Amino acid sequence: MTSLDIDLPFTKRTLANGLDVIVHEDRHVPIVAVNVWYHVGSKNERPGRTGFAHLFEHLMFEGSEHYNAGYFPPLQQAGALLNGSTNADRTNYWEVVPTSAIDRALWMESDRMGFLLPALTRERFETQRDVVLNERRQSYENRPYGMVMMALSAALYPPDHPYSWMTIGSADDIRAMQLEDVQEFFRTYYHPANASLVLAGDVETERAFELADAYFGEIPAGARPTTISNGAELPAEHRLVLEDRVELPRLYLAWHSPAMFAAGDAEMDLVGDLLANGKTSRLYKTLVYELRIALDVSAYQSSREIGSFFLLVATAAPGHTLTEIADRIDEELRRVANDGPTVEEMERAVAQAEAHFMYRLQTIGGFGGKSDQLNAYNVLKGNPGFFTADLDRYRDATRESLQAAAREHLRLDRRIALSVIPRGQHALALDGSAPVSVS
Amino acid sequence: MTSIDRSRLPAVGADPRFVFPAIARHTLPNGLRVFTVEHHSVPVITFTLQVSGGSGADPDGCEGLVALVADMADEGSGAMSALEVSDALSRIGADYDVDVGGDATDFSLTTLTRFASRGARLLADMVTSPRLLESEFLRVRQLRLDRLRQLKDVASAVAEQRFLRLLYGSHPYAHLPIGTDASLRHLTVDDVVAFHAGAFHPGRATVIVCGAMSHDELREQVEDAFAGWPSSEENGSGRSASEVPLSSESVTKLAVVQREAAAQSELRIGQLSTSRLTPDYPALLVMNAVLGGQFVSRVNLKLREEKGFTYGARTGFDWRKGISPFALQTSVHTAATAEAIADSLAEIADLRGMRPPRDEEMSLAKASLTRGYPRGFETAQQVARSVAVMALYGLPETYFEQFVPRINAVTSADVVDAAARYLDPAKLTTLVVGDYSAIADSLRSLDLGEPQLQTAEF
Repeated sequence: MTSLDIDLPFTKRTLANGLDVIVHEDRHVPIVAVNVWYHVGSKNERPGRTGFAHLFEHLMFEGSEHYNAGYFPPLQQAGALLNGSTNADRTNYWEVVPTSAIDRALWMESDRMGFLLPALTRERFETQRDVVLNERRQSYENRPYGMVMMALSAALYPPDHPYSWMTIGSADDIRAMQLEDVQEFFRTYYHPANASLVLAGDVETERAFELADAYFGEIPAGARPTTISNGAELPAEHRLVLEDRVELPRLYLAWHSPAMFAAGDAEMDLVGDLLANGKTSRLYKTLVYELRIALDVSAYQSSREIGSFFLLVATAAPGHTLTEIADRIDEELRRVANDGPTVEEMERAVAQAEAHFMYRLQTIGGFGGKSDQLNAYNVLKGNPGFFTADLDRYRDATRESLQAAAREHLRLDRRIALSVIPRGQHALALDGSAPVSVS
Repeated sequence: MTSIDRSRLPAVGADPRFVFPAIARHTLPNGLRVFTVEHHSVPVITFTLQVSGGSGADPDGCEGLVALVADMADEGSGAMSALEVSDALSRIGADYDVDVGGDATDFSLTTLTRFASRGARLLADMVTSPRLLESEFLRVRQLRLDRLRQLKDVASAVAEQRFLRLLYGSHPYAHLPIGTDASLRHLTVDDVVAFHAGAFHPGRATVIVCGAMSHDELREQVEDAFAGWPSSEENGSGRSASEVPLSSESVTKLAVVQREAAAQSELRIGQLSTSRLTPDYPALLVMNAVLGGQFVSRVNLKLREEKGFTYGARTGFDWRKGISPFALQTSVHTAATAEAIADSLAEIADLRGMRPPRDEEMSLAKASLTRGYPRGFETAQQVARSVAVMALYGLPETYFEQFVPRINAVTSADVVDAAARYLDPAKLTTLVVGDYSAIADSLRSLDLGEPQLQTAEF
């Protein structure tokens, strides 16, 4: 079968103040996507001050000097969809607006890049601190298995490693934040030289650059923050147990794995599919379909800038134990490491990768749309044109390269094995698990 | 470089012209309706097969049957085993999804255009001739029973389940599509086979296909795959939930499901309203946008942006052919529970005349509904979904073109009138899933009577 012709064309220029501007034309629908990435996330925080990058994202929606009555109303009035998000590596903000509102979107987005602090009052800060504490309660504390990623992050990394805490931060740290902390954070990270702007959609390329320069060109340059490069490794298997308000025990296995775009990263992504994507995947077929000892199983490579992790999760079916499940998983992991995938498995994996890259070209805006992808490649790879090369990483993967990646990175003696159990039922954890608690 | 005037916001220009996709309608000799829509941006194609009858068609005592029948579609069909179906889907990189609504069930398959005919045949096999083997049925049912057990710990799922029951009583819309432990245990594979035989006929189904081909080519894809689906005189479709009258039961003003030491209270406040087919639909959409249908709405501004009680609060209709629920939903810090309820009830009541929507609220609500409308036509999946809604409710061909003018015609007085008729404080039910011991006293101060303690029924 011939390869698909699949591409994400763009033009990139850098303004005098250091702001990267990337433009992609797509005139199918009269809408334009504005997408800004700041290269700052929770990994730029310090122990004791966690949750700051994310709380700051909330403050970006409260108004800026020249439109000081909330970020949403003038954009909602223009028919925009808008949102933002924070993770360990970056913070992104986006609007999708009718073509007729592109000036307004750029005016608003540039005003908060250049003129946020004069609008930031103590009252707004304190309200958003409460909103974030409620976000933490809703998304983590009041949700079954909701605290697991906190326990895993702390177990995978030493306490001074910036991936050892979650982006949402600790509740105590959030409560302790002060308005004064905001000023320094904004000056350090929120400026053109640490940002990247994409305009995608119904806009002519030269006009897009003119608009970007007009709205963002006057914002003073700042210094590029220093990069972070902590390493981490697990010398042994650590078995842990966490109690939760859940009905059924669940096993989480976590390994360190190659950083985003590093050698082996795409292979680990494909290993995740091979193990647990769909009924024909190795572990779904064994654990859920045939033996019926698990209710569900998932496996994925969580790719991040300075080091990834690979996570494998399975929930025990009633009457079955995590030990049974772990034994079967280990058996399958040994098989993958010894024999690699079959030819059929590779065919399926590549067919799915090609289709999913094509699906990624369907929307210009929002999380995961073309504008977000161009920024991801620009900020994390230094090359917005990496789309096709990214797909090639999957096309070029082989049985041998998957086997090698699994053998190197999914070692049974170098991982976290976390049992999550219903309150008080410690006998349901894997043998030798040490209790952990998170709050 | 010209300097930007930051003393005022740039005006928004005239709304860009947008041509809505043309829909061509056909009926195959076996009675299957086919809607084709061209969509040429990316070589991707979506097929949606809509079958009449959603969870509202579950017979009494068999709650969860329709969803189980739908779930069995990819568990083996024709010559293929369940594993072979899964393999075939992954070989064309298909995105396959089933949506069980109150009135219909939609089976959707998206794939690359070059795999269109394989995708269409696969979908046809799965839905029209599933194997429905007992061994697969027992496995799928067990997974659903185990899922129900897990839902007991999910506050939002407990709230959904209880709230529907409180509003609808014994009506066929009163249960979640997944059903309950008792109803699922009562089902057999024979129920599944019988329901499929009675309900899955071309005369009760519509295929919506949207992708990068001409109308003729799209229609041929469907014809090739579905022409062999035999029509049937039989019409064992069961009841139509939209036509079942409500039993007149008294309104529960305040109910609580205990969740010990919960960090937040999950809230639902609402009542039954009207059908999706009501002529008041545009007024209700604008009313909802003002009250809680978007970020800048009365409820979210009050509970999140002013008080910081929650990560977010919203209102909405869960539309059906028959009478549909309207609800405010949010999750608030336990200590703020009673005040959040009082604020929410006040916002709802005030919209009925005390505080009519101001001009800027009307303008904001309408603009967000109308100016953002073309955004929903970007992908083949989005277009197929919109056309599926059209097919379900029998909306006119001109529906997309008429949407913006109909919204723009709504006045502030229309919104107040709609609120007065459909939001009746005497008929509102408030449900709390939270730590009752921590909030009981404050709830009694709300003037909603003694809270009725309830348990989740999964």
